[in-house]
Amino acid sequence: MVWTWLPKYAPMFLEGLWVTVELLVLSVVLGMALAVPIGLVQVTGPRALGWLARGFCTVIRGTPLLIQLWLIYYGVGTLFPSIPGIRDSFLWPVLRDAFPYAVLAFALSVAGYEGEIMRGAFRGVPKGELEAARAVGMSPFLLLRRVWLPRALQNVFPTLAGEAILTLKSVPLAATVTVFDVYGVGAIVRQETYRIYEPLLVVAFLYLCLSGLMIWGFRVLENRIPRRRA
Amino acid sequence: MQSSLELLALWPPGWGMNLLRGLGSTVLIALGAYALGLAIGLAGAMGKIHGGRFLRGALEIYTTLIRAIPELVLILLLYYAGTDALNVLLESLGFARIDISGLAAGIYVLGFVQGAYTTEVLRAAILAVPAGQVEAARAIGMTPGQAYRRIVIPAMLPFALPGLANLWLILTKDTALLAVVGFGELAQATRFAASKTKAFFTFYMAAGALYLALSLASSVLFSALERHFRRGQPAHG
Repeated sequence: MVWTWLPKYAPMFLEGLWVTVELLVLSVVLGMALAVPIGLVQVTGPRALGWLARGFCTVIRGTPLLIQLWLIYYGVGTLFPSIPGIRDSFLWPVLRDAFPYAVLAFALSVAGYEGEIMRGAFRGVPKGELEAARAVGMSPFLLLRRVWLPRALQNVFPTLAGEAILTLKSVPLAATVTVFDVYGVGAIVRQETYRIYEPLLVVAFLYLCLSGLMIWGFRVLENRIPRRRA
Repeated sequence: MQSSLELLALWPPGWGMNLLRGLGSTVLIALGAYALGLAIGLAGAMGKIHGGRFLRGALEIYTTLIRAIPELVLILLLYYAGTDALNVLLESLGFARIDISGLAAGIYVLGFVQGAYTTEVLRAAILAVPAGQVEAARAIGMTPGQAYRRIVIPAMLPFALPGLANLWLILTKDTALLAVVGFGELAQATRFAASKTKAFFTFYMAAGALYLALSLASSVLFSALERHFRRGQPAHG
């Protein structure tokens, strides 16, 4: 084991760590924002939208994230340059960068998996609670905000947390479309120093720390969920 | 620009046959890795339940580490470490170094990862078998091995199957990760075809459809299996 390269590349690993966290947070937040309506329409209807949401979840969960990522980056990404004038527009710097494509692909994937979880969560809230909220005169939106959504989230919080950790572990895939997360930095080090194990071990260690931190954070949050005890 | 249909045709100017061959190796790798994962998982679960302190600790480290580190990192680490270890072993025994085939390496790497998840699924399932059933088996004179083979394993299957089905679905999708290290399976064949023809959209859509078909077919198979092994169990709800 040779570690002399580490001081030189440590700043790069820090940057990679930042990219990893950024990609993870953005995709989980955006994905969750999509997952709520995806779960909800499957319970409330309209039926056509419900079918659409169901199909979306099936397709996302039935295909590898790697293929989705490549489809979005290489497939959709190569369609843009053929639009005349787009290279001069203000959008071009965004469209040329790989990071937004990775966020889009990851967010859609999160939406697919968590949408399926949210469907069950919305269905699992006891009917009586919703009726009570309606009886005291809450509008449908207020009911969703104050009763239905919070109760649904409470019940599936551990499952959602598990999904978020799985998402963290998929972040290295983004390196295949030139987003340099921790794993991507490790790959650069491997190419430049010809060391195989050391950079991979650093990457593994950093991801281990990140998932440990997430598990701990989610446990703290979970303990704050009020629970009725007998 | 050729049309998508021509590109996906099964005969030579089209790339359809390459994709199907890729799908074939994907299924083969997944089946092999699943079998290896089941073997490791059963041994690991029994070790975690019946083993001594040292064995239990070692298994705990194995399952925790494997489940906390990204699959892609594990695949690279295990691939290099495995081939190096094998070659050191071969050289010390006086044999020549060998190159491991992509198929064997893929099965070994994914199977080793899969084993950690399978261990946890099977451990929970074995613990869910009512103790009275095992005691009854021992009371009528079955050896511990017989009790495992005749009672524990059939009785735990209904508890384990949903988890095992989930793991299979994850595994078929994880085979795509092997493309990153250059093994020839569906994702790799797709990437090759797409970069040769520049028809990225067509090929990635086609690959997605093939993976989806594999997932859907597996789901049908697993629910049939579950129905079969649940027979004779009291119905719930």
